[in-house]
Amino acid sequence: MSILVYTENREGIFKKATFELLSYAKEMAKTLNTNVVALSIGQVENSELEKLGNYGATKVLNTQGNNLSFLDNKLFSKIVTTAVEKEGAQIIIMANNISGKALSPRVSASLKAGLVTGVVGLPSSYEPFVIKKLVFTSKAFSNVKVNSALKVLTFAQNSFGVAEPINAVAHVETFNPQINDVPVKNRLIETNRITGKLLLTDAEIVVSGGRGLKSAENFSLLEELAGVLGAATACSRPVSDEGWRPHSEHVGQTGKIIAPVLYIACGISGAIQHVGGISSSKFIVAINNDKDAPIFEIADYGIVGDFKTVLPEMIAAIKEIKAG
Amino acid sequence: MKILVCISDVPDTTTKIKFKDNNTTLDVNGIQWIINPWDELALTRALELKEASGGIIQSVTVANVGTVASEPTIRKALAVGADNAIRIDAQPKDAYYVAAQLANIVKAESYDIVLVGRDSADYNGSAVGGMLAELIDYNSLSSVSSLNIENGKIRINREIDGGTETIEAELPFLAIVQKGISKEPRIPAMRGIMMARTKPLNVVQAVAVEILTEDVSFEMPQPKGSCKKFDSENVKTLVSLLHNEAKLI
Ligand SMILES: Cc1cc2nc3c(=O)[nH]c(=O)nc-3n(C[C@H](O)[C@H](O)[C@H](O)COP(=O)(O)OP(=O)(O)OC[C@H]3O[C@@H](n4cnc5c(N)ncnc54)[C@H](O)[C@@H]3O)c2cc1C
Ligand SMILES: Nc1ncnc2c1ncn2[C@@H]1O[C@H](COP(=O)(O)O)[C@@H](O)[C@H]1O
Repeated sequence: MSILVYTENREGIFKKATFELLSYAKEMAKTLNTNVVALSIGQVENSELEKLGNYGATKVLNTQGNNLSFLDNKLFSKIVTTAVEKEGAQIIIMANNISGKALSPRVSASLKAGLVTGVVGLPSSYEPFVIKKLVFTSKAFSNVKVNSALKVLTFAQNSFGVAEPINAVAHVETFNPQINDVPVKNRLIETNRITGKLLLTDAEIVVSGGRGLKSAENFSLLEELAGVLGAATACSRPVSDEGWRPHSEHVGQTGKIIAPVLYIACGISGAIQHVGGISSSKFIVAINNDKDAPIFEIADYGIVGDFKTVLPEMIAAIKEIKAG
Repeated sequence: MKILVCISDVPDTTTKIKFKDNNTTLDVNGIQWIINPWDELALTRALELKEASGGIIQSVTVANVGTVASEPTIRKALAVGADNAIRIDAQPKDAYYVAAQLANIVKAESYDIVLVGRDSADYNGSAVGGMLAELIDYNSLSSVSSLNIENGKIRINREIDGGTETIEAELPFLAIVQKGISKEPRIPAMRGIMMARTKPLNVVQAVAVEILTEDVSFEMPQPKGSCKKFDSENVKTLVSLLHNEAKLI
């Protein structure tokens, strides 16, 4: 028995979210007295793969190949299920992100393994296996019991934290499953990467703007605040609908669901569909000129005022702190 | 060509969620039920594709796994423009159960394109689409934000971690769709509502499927403590609080 973790790389590099995923799996493995095996698909240097040992992976299965440069659901899930069988894994863990959501259901159906997506902590019990997840667009939690012997979980980022790295080198093993019989029916035409920007999914701090900012131009103030804080930028739905900001920044029920340490909402009213995407943030700071705006009901700190005066003052005060 | 859109019947997004029976069951009292927002957009896109196809796409079918209580939602989908509907008569148990029911429908009718939403606004499984694709052995793509048909091939855009990709896919094909798939959901017009009454809504029996997961109890999140509010004169005080007390910056 073991726990298999699908460790996704971005252009050959593992991100913090992957280390958290492994830390989480390691904690579960301790209780179950078993090992964590990582599965990496695509081109990654050995030295980078070995690093996964620092976060609890004892072994890394390394699958590389020409047709693995973009995510093909069928092919990748076949690799995962083959690895599960090879390792005799009972629990399969992935990130609750784009690729985890793409692969976990296929893996689950293929193995008849009960799937719980977006889990927010360790199981409350192992026998029976019960684990908590967010439901009803983050308005409630459900404790889900998994009846099957094999289990697939997708883990909600930032709900566990990265463990202190240990000094251990994971054993890297080449893994070439038989996948020639899986016909690839997708052809990659073009990739557009967001460059030179901190991604929402990597950020500890997120500064977000709503319709209250009034225009695309006014977002330069928010960009500046993000700059001094080392934060990523986000927005409410109407802002991306208006084209003031790219769709990739839209958070909420119909956009991204995020859980940064600090979320700063500026000119956002706090509609229930928006809150659904940010309510798991550790701290929320709201800036709004309406003292009764619903966003203050879920905020830890608030400033009642016009963003035009508040943001420049905030930027100046933070600069002062950062300058020591 | 035939398109199938899987629709789930969910509480309106503004619903206040309550539980009963010692927090083991959703209290459906007073809930307004709607077509899951993604499914509504998927249906809209399916209808646009059909209209632009010059007869190549013959029909758009909607399928729902649900009890008779979801029929108003199914009728709404018919009123929006779906040609016919299938209801698999069962209370959805978990994603695998739903996917297995839908798989039977697809196997019987061999749809060329199957559209499923990113997640449903109730249990937020993000699971039915991928499971269905696996069970019917279809090629699938997730996070699909646009979909076109060109010379018998599908061309989609999808979101990836940190960007987007354009991909060409072969039929048959299952797309798990999200924001962008169509701009605004179509709303039923009076004529559509009249016609919906006479469109076929076939009710089929569910098959027995193992229950892999169960919701054993629900919890509400801890209520937030009260917000510490400052006026715009005291921005600096707040910033130093964030720095010294909360250690956030
Ligand atoms: C099915 C469905 C799904 C949805 N999904 C999402 C989603 O995923 N994400 C999302 O965000 N929304 C979503 N919405 C929309 C949501 O209901 C709200 O309409 C939206 O969140 C409002 O955006 P906003 O707060 O930016 O704008 P508004 O509600 O217009 O709020 C603007 C705020 O700015 C404040 N303000 C104005 N001027 C200033 C100033 N000078 N200085 C400071 N503050 C100022 C105002 O007091 C107000 O509170 C969804 C809606 C539906 C029906
Ligand atoms: N009971 C159901 N009947 C038909 N389709 C469903 C049902 N439940 C979920 N789906 C489809 O699966 C998608 C994702 O739902 P879920 O996996 O439950 O988050 C939805 O957007 C629907 O397209």
